[in-house]
Amino acid sequence: MQRRIVLKRLALSAALAAAGLTATVPVHAADTIKVGVLHSLSGTMAISETVLKDVTLMAIDEINAKGGVLGKKLEPVVVDPASNWPLFAEKARQLLTQDKVAVVFGCWTSVSRKSVLPVFEELNGLLFYPVQYEGEELSKNVFYTGAAPNQQAIPAVEYLMSKEGGGAKRWVLLGTDYVYPRTTNKILRAFLKSKGVADKDIDEKYTPFGHADYQTIVADIKKFAAGGKTAVVSTINGDSNVPFYKELGNQGLKATDVPVVAFSVGEEELRGVDTKPLVGHLAAWNYFMSLKNPANDAFKKQWADYAKAKKLPGADKPLTNDPMEAAYVGIHMWKQAVEKAKSTDVDKVIVAMAGQKFNAPDGFEIKMDEKNHHLWKPVFIGEVQANGQFNVVWKTKGPVRAQPWSQYIEGNDKKKDEPEKK
Amino acid sequence: MPTMPTLAATVRRTLTIAAVALAAALAPGVACPAPKLPSALVSDLALGENDARVSAIGALAATGSEAALDLLQALQDGEVQTAGDTVLRVRNGRATDAVTGEAVVPLPPSRDDVVPNNRVRRELAAAIAALKLASPDRATRLAAAQALQSGADEEMLPAIERALAGEQDPAIKALLTLTRATVQLGSPDRAKRIAAIRALADSRDANTRMLLLPLVEKKGAEFAEPDSDLRAEAELSLRAIEGRLATGEMVGRIFSGVSLGSVLLLAALGLAITYGLMGVINMAHGELMMIGAYATYVVQNLFRSQLPGAFDWYLVAAVPAAFAAAALVGMALERSVIRFLYGRPLETLLATWGISLILIQSMRTLFGAQNVQVENPAWMSGGIHLFSNLVLPWNRIVIIGFAAAVVVSIAALLTRTRLGLFVRGVTQNRPMASCLGVPTGRVDTYAFGLGSGIAGLAGCALSQIGNVGPDLGQSYIVDSFMVVVLGGVGQLAGTVYAAMGLGIVNKFLEAWSGAVLAKIAVLVFIIVFIQKRPQGLFALKGRMADG
Amino acid sequence: MNPMPPPQLRTPLAAPPHPVLTRGGWATVTFVAYLLFVLVPALNLLVPEGHAFHLSDYFVTLAAKIMCYAIVALAMDLIWGYTGILSLGHGLFFALGGYMMGMYLMRSIGTEGVYHSQLPDFMVFLDWKAYPWYWSFTDHFAYALLLVVAVPGLLALVFGYFAFRSRIKGVYFSIITQALSYAFMLLFFRNDTGFGGNNGFTDFKRILGYPIATPTTRMALFVATGALLLAAFLLGRAIVTSRLGRVLTAIRDAESRVMFCGYNPLHYKLFIWTLSAVLCGIAGALYVPQVGIINPGEMSPANSIEIAIWTAVGGRGTLVGPILGAFIVNGAKSWFTVAFPEFWLFFLGLLFILVTLFLPQGVIGLLRRGGWRRP
Repeated sequence: MQRRIVLKRLALSAALAAAGLTATVPVHAADTIKVGVLHSLSGTMAISETVLKDVTLMAIDEINAKGGVLGKKLEPVVVDPASNWPLFAEKARQLLTQDKVAVVFGCWTSVSRKSVLPVFEELNGLLFYPVQYEGEELSKNVFYTGAAPNQQAIPAVEYLMSKEGGGAKRWVLLGTDYVYPRTTNKILRAFLKSKGVADKDIDEKYTPFGHADYQTIVADIKKFAAGGKTAVVSTINGDSNVPFYKELGNQGLKATDVPVVAFSVGEEELRGVDTKPLVGHLAAWNYFMSLKNPANDAFKKQWADYAKAKKLPGADKPLTNDPMEAAYVGIHMWKQAVEKAKSTDVDKVIVAMAGQKFNAPDGFEIKMDEKNHHLWKPVFIGEVQANGQFNVVWKTKGPVRAQPWSQYIEGNDKKKDEPEKK
Repeated sequence: MPTMPTLAATVRRTLTIAAVALAAALAPGVACPAPKLPSALVSDLALGENDARVSAIGALAATGSEAALDLLQALQDGEVQTAGDTVLRVRNGRATDAVTGEAVVPLPPSRDDVVPNNRVRRELAAAIAALKLASPDRATRLAAAQALQSGADEEMLPAIERALAGEQDPAIKALLTLTRATVQLGSPDRAKRIAAIRALADSRDANTRMLLLPLVEKKGAEFAEPDSDLRAEAELSLRAIEGRLATGEMVGRIFSGVSLGSVLLLAALGLAITYGLMGVINMAHGELMMIGAYATYVVQNLFRSQLPGAFDWYLVAAVPAAFAAAALVGMALERSVIRFLYGRPLETLLATWGISLILIQSMRTLFGAQNVQVENPAWMSGGIHLFSNLVLPWNRIVIIGFAAAVVVSIAALLTRTRLGLFVRGVTQNRPMASCLGVPTGRVDTYAFGLGSGIAGLAGCALSQIGNVGPDLGQSYIVDSFMVVVLGGVGQLAGTVYAAMGLGIVNKFLEAWSGAVLAKIAVLVFIIVFIQKRPQGLFALKGRMADG
Repeated sequence: MNPMPPPQLRTPLAAPPHPVLTRGGWATVTFVAYLLFVLVPALNLLVPEGHAFHLSDYFVTLAAKIMCYAIVALAMDLIWGYTGILSLGHGLFFALGGYMMGMYLMRSIGTEGVYHSQLPDFMVFLDWKAYPWYWSFTDHFAYALLLVVAVPGLLALVFGYFAFRSRIKGVYFSIITQALSYAFMLLFFRNDTGFGGNNGFTDFKRILGYPIATPTTRMALFVATGALLLAAFLLGRAIVTSRLGRVLTAIRDAESRVMFCGYNPLHYKLFIWTLSAVLCGIAGALYVPQVGIINPGEMSPANSIEIAIWTAVGGRGTLVGPILGAFIVNGAKSWFTVAFPEFWLFFLGLLFILVTLFLPQGVIGLLRRGGWRRP
């Protein structure tokens, strides 16, 4: 009697667990190619990543409307890793082994990329990573369509040193305490030293994630700025930017006195900010929504139409930004590479990706480097305008090659500029 | 890099300036209905490279004419556009030619904005200030003198001298004297320099320090400044300035502590009622704050679309709206979920955690995962310039005042009204209150609604200083529980002291150890403190053995 | 303020002594052991991929991960379900165990990191030239295991001693454990603390000399986790059926009376609290090599609340309940995040509310009520 009851109970629990585990039985339809979309739709990173999921789906719709890839429609598999890093790895494994996707578009934070990387390398998957990051990584299984530090940080600092940018002599390197700001600031410190800036003229500061009270920090910046023409390089992460900028405005620190150049603040981040007090502060990106060229006009219109058609939140004020453009470029380049390779096989696609070109919304025909899995990208520096857009005040002549291994970090001179494992 | 202006261009410009200055001198005080500006300067200003623009601004400023001021002002306000080679001033859809001042009808179809960058904007501000020094209006002159403090250079010296000569107002005169001193610091005349250093001792501007510092610094074994008298004077002036700066810093730190404290207080007050008085661990408290913030956002949008004229006063409507929205949601939650869990505080924790997940995701679905923009009304931006290095921002001041007002009204509500009496009665002895005819069920609902409403008010206040997004509440929930527990459960006064104490301690620690360690230190302090006084700062007397 | 626990949870002190497990119980345990140690490995390793009975690696890693969670839920139940103390710091102990194991795994990478240095990549990049003192000897597996037990255990012991001595209980205890966990999270987020900051530890290559990303290693870890889960369950049974267990229940139901009977609750609470923390630490140590990352996010207050929720959903005061709860909640999460990526939080939130409202004894209570009652 007892045994039967226990067994029954056990069977039920097993059934319940199994319902959770194996509910996604892969239904493999031969006429579609599955692509994974791995962006957090809940948790702390949802604020940034949701829109990347949408732009990826838009590009997939666009490709499907034009007949798909190799005569097959793309079938997106959207999952929510919920800003939870171990869950990222679990979902990546699921996409690759259960859903058997041909490629995954996803991740935003470096830690999420680091978390899924072993999975992609083990299972020989393919990841397109669309966000500017700290470099110092080069995996055969990843294509990096965001900027490496030399495509964003260094040009911005050079600009601020120039007469046009205000001729800054002292530097506050302010960031959220994680790997991207740490590395960027390390590179910048080495760069500034090479330009003859003394250590006492560099103030490096970190705040915790989600820091919301910038009164002390802004007061400190003011104090530091009293010692000479100062510029602030901000690598503050997404959410903390609003309180930071509000405090700047509050304490009357104007861009004409102490300009702030940010690497993580784009159109989308400024959506939540009253930009009037911020006019003149800068951002360095590889794309701005305000760029005037036919490819960008088309991109903006496509996004606005898509947002309206899908009734996305914020469709009344559709904004595009740099990571969205990078995600869009990434999926199109993958499509071209698949067509060139005539297969979705990962190894063949990786070969075909080298030298792939695309007319990007940044106004240039940009190229995937033949070796280092990074895009050549133009660099723009923009000043915030009262309408929340950026006015481009400086740009490179053309796309710049990425240096994932920064020359300003010790030991990197010996690094090969291509993935080690082939 | 733009090239330096050529000699020919400089000569041409100098000639034009001379011509314009002559014209201005010939017709003093006559306001031209159709002002004429030198077209070379205007086109440099609008179409030239930045170097050309900067020299054009200087040249226009040197003319001292109304028309120049007008054009520069238009450029600053973003009202200058170009159509081909023509420079236009476009205001309210009507264009005038910037050179002749004549109306241009119809509007040329394709126009480009002239957007100055930081460098040009800086020059522009200084030039406008210099031009405004001649204004008959005292307030304008004062503002101009203030603006000039951080942007004067030798080119402006004549304008400053001229203004000083004619100026009667002592405040403006003092400002101008200081500004002149900063410029004259580099003068070749020793007497002038000493006078300048002495004058600068009265400066209230932190930047002055950086002007004086090089005078007393050593370069190798030698002093950078060979003249020892000069050095001594500079030392004296520096000491005076530094004293003022230190005071400013201290006051600033206390202020930011109080302001952080008032934010914590607002966040914790609602919790002090729902948790402290009712024993509900409301993990959705932060989400009620978020609802208040979103209510503020909605009201703001309504004002923008329906009553744009009264936009600056949207907060007047947003405050009650935030209260009502959060209170309604809170009451609904109390009726549907929480009332079944009274007496099981740890289980309210789980259920309200579920509620908070649902509320967050609902907001994501309704308003999107991104932050929404809540604008400060104009009267809340800017601040009081208390010391040279200390601005007390209006929005912080308003929040401190708001927190104080909320505390006073809650205290009044709890001690002076019938509802307050009931709430306290039910808290202290539920069965007895019920026996005496207090409708305990309804009182619970109202009290929970009140606590939630206050959370809504906190959200409304937070919308003025930080993000408004679905995650808004998450970052405050731990802090607000700390405040309530530290203050002593069931005690409003304790909550106030705890919030202010934590705010100020946190800010002083932050200056000394950085933000992260300060926060950790405060948490450790709370943990240790609770060991010593498990009831918090202010304990209710006469507790049962099992509390 | 500290109300009586719901009457259903009370276990009478005078109940006749239980055996650790009934005969049926032992049979079940044997069956589960067979499942974990024979069937699953065979289906995963021996049955070829593509076969209908093949168990995928994905299933194995997911099941192993949830088993780690189940151990934590079990530990939570000992302190909450049986002793009535809700800890919101169990995520911290779990993460600390994970970090201790992580240090060993980081050192086993050797020079295969990005910078080919003896030091982990994050230290190279902070320009550190040597390991800080607290990393000493962590390259020895045995020492790492000792740390896995000792660090969460000692922290719990010291913290618990002061907290229980001051007779902090109920909600206060929950909140200061939350504060503790939060403080540690902030500390570990700092890059200067020397634990890799936000990125934590990743990119492990091998454990005990075996490459970490092979099916065999994975299966070995799975079996180890299963064994630990079973052991933890039996240990739990042994405790709750003993005299000690009954004193714990008595403390939960009426601590003052226990004191008046001449017991000092401090020792009992401290024992079970420390044991619970150690179990969490071990679970964390098994978790890290399997998911491949440990980062301070594991210490966030939300994670600790979730642990409490697994326990509550399964059913407090029973040992099978929390295990079941961990499987139900995490299984549901895994499924929902794929099936309803936009709406899964609604389901999860609703699940928590409904369980608290209608199933105060959790799913186990529901099963029992539905005619599954013990004879």
